[in-house]
Amino acid sequence: MSNEFKESIHRAVNNANLTGALGKFSEAYKVNRAKAYEGIDFEELRGRIAELKSYAASHLDQLSEQFARNAEARGAKVFRTSDPARVREYILKVARDNGVRSIVKSKSMATEEIHLNPYLEKAGISVGETDLGEWIIQLAGQTPSHMVMPAIHMTKEEVSDLFSKEIDERLTSDIPRLVKVARERLRPMFLQADMGISGGNIAVAETGSIVLMTNEGNARLVTSLPKIHVALVGIEKLVASYADIAPILKALPRSATAQLLTSYVSIITGPTPNPDGSLKDLHIILMDNRRSEMAADPKFKQALQCIRCASCLNVCPIFRLVGGHVFGKVYTGGIGTILTAWFDELKKSEDIQGLCIQCGACKYVCPGKIDIPELIMEIRRRLVKDQGLPLMQKAIYSVVNNRHLFHGMLRAASLAGKPFTSGRFVRHLPLFLADLTDGRSLPAIAGEPFRDRFKNIKQPKFKEKAAFYAGCLIDFAYPEMGESLVKVLNKAGIEVVFPQDQTCCGAPARYSGAYEVAAGNAIDNIKALLDEDVQYVVSACPTCTVALDHEFISTFESLGQSEWIPKARELAAKTVDFSTLVKSLVDQRRLSLKDGQKLGKITYHDSCHLKRTLKVSEQPRELLNRAGYELTEMFECDMCCGMGGSYSIKLPEISGPILKRKLHNIRETGAPLVAMDCPGCVMQIRGGLDQDGSAIRVQHTVELLAERLED
Amino acid sequence: MYEQFKARAEGVSAEVHRFDTRAATLEFIITFLKGEGLHDVPQSHALWADCPFLGGSVRQSLSEVAGLKFDVSQKLAAQAKFGISQMQWALADTGTLVQDSSAIDQRLVSSLPAIHIALVPTSGILADMPTLLTRIHPGASAYIAMITGPSRTADIERVLTIGVHGPERLIIVFCDELGGGN
Repeated sequence: MSNEFKESIHRAVNNANLTGALGKFSEAYKVNRAKAYEGIDFEELRGRIAELKSYAASHLDQLSEQFARNAEARGAKVFRTSDPARVREYILKVARDNGVRSIVKSKSMATEEIHLNPYLEKAGISVGETDLGEWIIQLAGQTPSHMVMPAIHMTKEEVSDLFSKEIDERLTSDIPRLVKVARERLRPMFLQADMGISGGNIAVAETGSIVLMTNEGNARLVTSLPKIHVALVGIEKLVASYADIAPILKALPRSATAQLLTSYVSIITGPTPNPDGSLKDLHIILMDNRRSEMAADPKFKQALQCIRCASCLNVCPIFRLVGGHVFGKVYTGGIGTILTAWFDELKKSEDIQGLCIQCGACKYVCPGKIDIPELIMEIRRRLVKDQGLPLMQKAIYSVVNNRHLFHGMLRAASLAGKPFTSGRFVRHLPLFLADLTDGRSLPAIAGEPFRDRFKNIKQPKFKEKAAFYAGCLIDFAYPEMGESLVKVLNKAGIEVVFPQDQTCCGAPARYSGAYEVAAGNAIDNIKALLDEDVQYVVSACPTCTVALDHEFISTFESLGQSEWIPKARELAAKTVDFSTLVKSLVDQRRLSLKDGQKLGKITYHDSCHLKRTLKVSEQPRELLNRAGYELTEMFECDMCCGMGGSYSIKLPEISGPILKRKLHNIRETGAPLVAMDCPGCVMQIRGGLDQDGSAIRVQHTVELLAERLED
Repeated sequence: MYEQFKARAEGVSAEVHRFDTRAATLEFIITFLKGEGLHDVPQSHALWADCPFLGGSVRQSLSEVAGLKFDVSQKLAAQAKFGISQMQWALADTGTLVQDSSAIDQRLVSSLPAIHIALVPTSGILADMPTLLTRIHPGASAYIAMITGPSRTADIERVLTIGVHGPERLIIVFCDELGGGN
């Protein structure tokens, strides 16, 4: 990670204005978005959008041609190019040929992508952004920090300073007054401009139409008043048919700003009369700039399903802390990371891809149904393939891939860590390791790992058997969780076996882009776990469960190692997370929890992988309810705790504030107890509460249920 | 569907009225204009784009109203306080008005003045966007315009503020008697 990048993160997380504004917005967004989608089947809607955009991405050439033909038949001039330089030259030529001196623009990310404004300004043409947010950042000499709300990082005081300078009059920070100033200042620019430049939200091949959506009304003026209109459209905006615009018009405003529809939608097909009676000179530029290459890439093709709503930014726990500028100058946030890797270059995404904590919140809300976290992982994988792993990580993974050495070192760590532990925690580490215990304590490595303790557990013999996949954290830090799991399953008549050859699930390697290492882990685990004759493979760690259930397969697929895929599928079919298994056992009356208990208030934290990948959220809640706890939901119960495996080690400056927010939300419920299904989250949250000196107990659901079994 | 439209449109700060006859509609508009300070001086006049409502002798009957103009130009529109036009459809589920705006006059009066008065035949209310897309097609309409509430922004500190580049008030007036082009 470059120093410059680290500094930009440091500046961002310490900018109270920025984190305050983004934090408030993201909280309100979640509520408003849900309201905007009331009564709408979001899954059905996004299924349709994904389908029609995916179709378009498979037929970019054909649709571009059809669009050009239809638009030209209506009198528009269409210019198709893959090269940003030629786009700039084309626009300048049109301007020069027509003696254009001033241009008004409505918001267009494509023009940001090709850095059009400085190019035209250098040629002596005045370019005015008219979207209020864009105008603000133009005056400030900055770049947009958000695709939909470019100036979200600025305060009204900063805006009033800028405007005061612009109109040479001291303004207060009264927002309606500031908006009025913008209206009055920009109005003459609209009336005098020789050319209007817009983007396009949708381009319809069937009719040669472009669709523009705005709230301020600037696009209507930009496309109506000047005699020349140039629309710059990325070819990913193409759709095949006119009817295709309905689902996009339904989802885009709801996902972008939680509106049912933007104030203005214009569907423009060919030139229309100008105010002086002449006919508009309409130019539409279809720009490729690597989009076709993206479409030809089996992994990244789906990124073209993006409708640029920026909801992936709005729900991102990282984005709301650091804002857009840490991501770069054009496209920001989750999808921005992917677009930057393509439209700019892979190398440019090297630092920013590391910002993703893989919580999956964006995938959950994406109206284009894009698996953004998966694509960011793919970027990571390709970067590692191109450039190799950093030396330190390479050394770590060579250890992780050797189970005996790895487990030997963990055992040694239990002794080495002794001087720093107090009770169950490591509270402070010396020197450069101090960052790890900044804001949270770490669990002490258990004196005796679960794999050793297991040998001493006396179990009744049952015909039905489950293999327990412990994962490193339960094995070496929280063996008591494993013991609780055995107790619960025994009660339901299931015997637990523990294959000793199981090893790390490979998630840490995979999330660092080291897929070869992850594949090695996967093979070791498949061998160990399929060797047993069991009905289930159960895990009490959602990250491990996801590895066994999904990621072994996708790792092999990414690497083209197809020979292991059938075995990986066999393992996946047996894999189940603890709460899902226990819930079904309770439903089948094979397991009873003590009746009529009044255990008081509890709150529940949803772990990212459990809720969003495994889609499990009700099961643990119902079990805890049935045990006699009174569930009080915390605010943002399914927001990431900031752990993210090694993320908290690589980016403690980001992980820390995310944890802080989580702890605050837990405390606000007033519950003395918080439950969760992931040992990683337990580590993060328990460590954070310990450092705060809080008395709130943090437990894995498995431990709480083991206490409540009927005798 | 009218009630649904009204609720949605008011939800985005539009003002919605309904009258049964042309006469009552006209009376409301004239009373409204005068109440809001209609005068025959720049920044106070009204500009009414040609539309079916003005057919028959209506336009002639209005020639005596001082400050009410019908010859649309960019200059007059930029100086007008009020713009009046007739929209063809209204979408009940989003509170949206729709018009074939290929004629520039229709866009000038609905985008430059501070107050836009939109006349709509009540029969033009449609359920939703997919229904609309079967009624109006780019093949025949070069500029399809949809308007949902007044111009708005939230670009400064996410505070919703009405009236940036377009009208700061949208007055929607339904007229039952006004058939309409659908």
